[in-house]
Amino acid sequence: MTSGIAPVPAASPQTVAAHARPMPVWLRVARSSLRLWRVRIGLALALLVVLLAVLGPLFAAHSPSAFVGAPFAPPSAQAPLGTDALGRDVLSRVLNGGRTVVWMSLAAASLGMVLGTFFALLAGTSRPLVDDVIMRTMDVLLALPVIIFTVLFISLLGPKDWLVVLLVGIAWVPQVARTARGATVEVAQRDFVRAAQALGVPRRKILLGEVLPNIMTPLTVEFGLRIVWSIGAIAALSFLGYGIQPPAADWGLMINENRTGLAVQPWSVIAPLVCIAVFAFAVNLMTEGLARTVAGVDRGTSN
Amino acid sequence: MAVARIEKLRVELPGAVDVVDDISLEIGQGEVVALVGESGSGKTTIGTSMLAHARSGARIVRGTVTIDGDEILELSPDGQRALRGKTVAYIPQEPAAALNPAIRIGRQLEEVIIDHEPGVARPERDERVRGVLGDVGLPVTEEFVRRYPHQLSGGQQQRVAIAMAIILAPRLLVLDEPTTGLDVTTQARILAIVRTLCSAQGIAALYVTHDLAVVREIADRVIVLYAGRVAESGRVDDVFRRPAHPYTLALLGAVPDIARRTSLVQIPGRAARPGERPSGCFFHPRCPIRVERCQSGEVPTVTLAPGHLVRCHRADQAAQLEARKPSPPRPVRDRQPLLTVERVNAVHGVTRVLHDVSLSVDDRACVALVGESGSGKTTLSQCIIGLHEKYTGTIKLRDKQLARSVRDRSREARRTVQYIFQSPYNSLNPRRTIGEIVGLPLQLFFRSSRREMQTQIDAGLERVGLSAGLAGYYPDQLSGGERQRVSIARALVCQPEVLICDEVTSALDVSVQAAIVELLRGLQQESGLSLLFVTHNLALVRNIADEVIVLSNGRVVESGETESVLDAPQQAYTKQLITDTPSVERASEVTRAS
Amino acid sequence: MSEQTGSRDGSWALRFAEGLARLSPLIDDTPAVASGAEPLVELAAPTGRRNSTWVLRRVLFGLFTLLVISILIFFATHVLPGNAAEAILGHSATRARVAQLERQLGLDRPVVSQYWSWLSSAVHGDFGTSLAANEPVTTLIGSPLVNTLVLLGLTALFAVPISLFIGVLAATRQNGVLDGTISAASITLAALPEFVIGIILVTLFATQVFKLLPAVSLVSPGQDPLSTPTAMILPVATLTLAVVPYLSRLVRGSMIDVLGSEYVTMARLKGLRPQTILVRHVLRNALVPAIQGTALSLAYLLGGVVTIEYLFAYPGLGSALIAAAGERDIPVIQAICLIFAAGYVIFNIIADLLTIYVTPRLRTQ
Repeated sequence: MTSGIAPVPAASPQTVAAHARPMPVWLRVARSSLRLWRVRIGLALALLVVLLAVLGPLFAAHSPSAFVGAPFAPPSAQAPLGTDALGRDVLSRVLNGGRTVVWMSLAAASLGMVLGTFFALLAGTSRPLVDDVIMRTMDVLLALPVIIFTVLFISLLGPKDWLVVLLVGIAWVPQVARTARGATVEVAQRDFVRAAQALGVPRRKILLGEVLPNIMTPLTVEFGLRIVWSIGAIAALSFLGYGIQPPAADWGLMINENRTGLAVQPWSVIAPLVCIAVFAFAVNLMTEGLARTVAGVDRGTSN
Repeated sequence: MAVARIEKLRVELPGAVDVVDDISLEIGQGEVVALVGESGSGKTTIGTSMLAHARSGARIVRGTVTIDGDEILELSPDGQRALRGKTVAYIPQEPAAALNPAIRIGRQLEEVIIDHEPGVARPERDERVRGVLGDVGLPVTEEFVRRYPHQLSGGQQQRVAIAMAIILAPRLLVLDEPTTGLDVTTQARILAIVRTLCSAQGIAALYVTHDLAVVREIADRVIVLYAGRVAESGRVDDVFRRPAHPYTLALLGAVPDIARRTSLVQIPGRAARPGERPSGCFFHPRCPIRVERCQSGEVPTVTLAPGHLVRCHRADQAAQLEARKPSPPRPVRDRQPLLTVERVNAVHGVTRVLHDVSLSVDDRACVALVGESGSGKTTLSQCIIGLHEKYTGTIKLRDKQLARSVRDRSREARRTVQYIFQSPYNSLNPRRTIGEIVGLPLQLFFRSSRREMQTQIDAGLERVGLSAGLAGYYPDQLSGGERQRVSIARALVCQPEVLICDEVTSALDVSVQAAIVELLRGLQQESGLSLLFVTHNLALVRNIADEVIVLSNGRVVESGETESVLDAPQQAYTKQLITDTPSVERASEVTRAS
Repeated sequence: MSEQTGSRDGSWALRFAEGLARLSPLIDDTPAVASGAEPLVELAAPTGRRNSTWVLRRVLFGLFTLLVISILIFFATHVLPGNAAEAILGHSATRARVAQLERQLGLDRPVVSQYWSWLSSAVHGDFGTSLAANEPVTTLIGSPLVNTLVLLGLTALFAVPISLFIGVLAATRQNGVLDGTISAASITLAALPEFVIGIILVTLFATQVFKLLPAVSLVSPGQDPLSTPTAMILPVATLTLAVVPYLSRLVRGSMIDVLGSEYVTMARLKGLRPQTILVRHVLRNALVPAIQGTALSLAYLLGGVVTIEYLFAYPGLGSALIAAAGERDIPVIQAICLIFAAGYVIFNIIADLLTIYVTPRLRTQ
């Protein structure tokens, strides 16, 4: 053994071969999660529903507002799933009714994530006073459940799509901010962030370059959850009559319109119901699988 | 007459991956046997096997464990349960985690009695609880008994754990690194308690540790463990004076000792984790005297002397290897103060943590800042680097005052003072590659082209002993020692003049620690850096520092040249600290007798 | 580590959000999100303050929240386009008549003074007069309020024990077949909006499959809902199914954390009897988050109640809100929103208080 600089044969087989190839974390997460059954199934189902929603209108035999038979008529050649309360073809309406739910839930979830993360990064790295003020202000909003909050404003301003998205998105901000802030605070007190501060890296670069990449994994899980909840909230709003308005085709709306005929012509309710249910279930399944992967990866990278 | 005996124990993880194998040992009445090994050596596994327990997923697949003549692995689950706490007791590594936070400590003590000896009446139970609290030096008051674990200090919690273990007068104690995370002083007290109990009450003990100095202080016999196998075993005197296994020798060479300044020996390569263990002798990839036959086949057990066993093909050759080499003399340097700290008073919130602290670091000198946890040493180093702003006083670099906050400092100032953090697992951004991490300061401080930067990054990595090919890897793909080297590289590419090292080896294994310390020493001499080395480990101080400053409760207690402070301390606090630091070399007869 | 991760002081809203964040990620392990406190057992202690002050601060913040919400509600209804007088007069609204009605209703005063008089009467229990029914709001919402409370109460009565049972069961048979089945069912139920669950139940039990139960709760306002128990079954079942996945997952997660903790291992190594370990060490700590979780679930249910009452035509506060919103009956809307917010605040304060009581580390200083 010699004194002086101690060369570790770092290129030795033990070090390099111990891990096959360097891989960025997001890729590792993607690969590990795709190995799970639940993620694959969830992804497949979700894509299926999205495709149905996006491409559905192209395949609809009738226009969603066309009357093809008597109200609540049973399935026939004309209308494979029967007709709805007004005599329109259920299948065509189902094929047309997904777009709103899909785009609105994704939009609302994204809005909530962006705003929530922004405030969280700010709060989590500021002085305690500023942190408290920001977070508590948002917490106040939590006192109104999302349905009540949205119904309150929509009843006064009228049911507009963008308003629904805006309100639902805003409703998620406090919760997203909480999750993101927790992760931010945990990351911000780690030494590599202090190391960047000690080097004099400007604050904005630290937030974006050091902190944000390290909270992406819990945020991705959070995003998945937000989508699920958005689906629920938006479908519920349409069901209550505060979302998409008739005569448009929308899954949530259809459920409400047709439930009087549930005993007679269940397909008019079941079909859109199943679509919503499958979509929400698939995203939730994926998120659950992702969460497991992420927990393992985060443990590995921080230890 | 052996109280406990293990024979040919093998513990496996799922997938037939062996954690430990072929373990045999014996503990006699009143004897303290130390089980020494680094992380991953399997020492905790052996410890818990003496309670017929294997942690998370591991299984005992072969071998026998005999306590007082009973083969405990053969007992029914109820029999094993009866054994634990009563015949064999366990003292955990982290008492804070091992005590239920929702139950008062009195209750946690008496439940051991209740579940093992249900017939005991309440008054007698209370008496025994108080008795045992007194034995470990805790207050025997009603108030104390009603406390919750979080209302105790770390040392007190560990004493409670010891009390829980001895309350039923077991035959054998298994202590699993019980002084981890405790101050040196507290550690010394805990060790004293354990020693007294063992000799006074005739309890045998298996002391699991990685700290060779502690072994010297407390154990009668020692077993050196490497990668799940016994490397060497024997009486402490025999093994330490005439070590026969290359690993033992390497360990002894890697451990800094407070009594004598030596060149720390580092062991090349990495310890083999379960599942990655090489064939033949596990140590052969890292062994300096390996030969052909070491690479495969059974390793023989050689008896060097009665009770002194070694598992090595070349046990007789060990004498050739010198365990501890004297250190090269300290370089002469001019006494030009480079960094000065004048009368700094710092606060954390409302508490004052530093009181009028002044010190100076000379050009090309290595100054150690020593203190226990809570002494303020980390706060001081963070004031110097500009991460802690709430202080009064002046900090100057070459007569130019440094701004309190790092944001207000000039680029030059930021470049010339660099900081290395304690935890290698925390100080590198997991989402960036090594190259990006090392390159970040280059972007900040130098206007170089991409190619120049690349060259500098590669050079920086090589300078700290890492291959340039690691630049594309992510931190979690590197070991702790390698990550710490990356931190050092990141600091060095700035071409700093002052390097602040904040407990940079505390989170590393002994052998890795040696490598980092030697690296820093070499770099310091080669580039003329000044080093401010913050640590709680006085042994390290002896080895690396020219001067030492002792901090206690935010005040400078003593300072001066390392030799004079350590050999002739003036202040009571310093004297106590030195006495409490265990040492392999120092004659420990005095402490043993007490 | 100098600073507690996450919360600097465990505000109750934090508990809610984290509780939900914790409830919803149906994760086995400690969540990847280090979202503040680890197992909800360990809240950040109110450092350096006496507990009574902390409690006081919570209550004050709750009141402050209600105040802000009231402002939000009031100004939402009065500052936004759309006019109460116009809404009342409907088609017969001419400018003159609108102006006259406005004067009558006091709507021509400055907004702030309108707000103030509204708030001060509200505090005394007077929420004004309903525009649609011309009755005092208080009488109008009195019995719906009771009905909703009954609904919530019954739900909690069923949901909590079921969740505890399922959670503990799943945790003790972790990763087994039973656990997997429960997990699959939880993922499914948790994803579905409450009204979807409701309709599925209606389809199964009230129409096609088994014509057992009434599809609609025909309880006239003022009548005690408990007098027609069959009408309550489906709404309660729906809400229970909506909440059980979350609560049971929470219980399971916390059980697993505790089962794997150092102190439980230590208890085993001390040779304690299995019963002692289970009751005193495991359950005692694992159930603490369940207490919080229950309070938080009730708060969460406040949102679900609206759709469920509408679906089943149950005469509670939720359907009253929908009816009022449809008619733009502003005083009623304001009152109901405020009551919901108050309910949320109360549940959270209770959750906080219970947590402190049950966690020694927070009780003692």
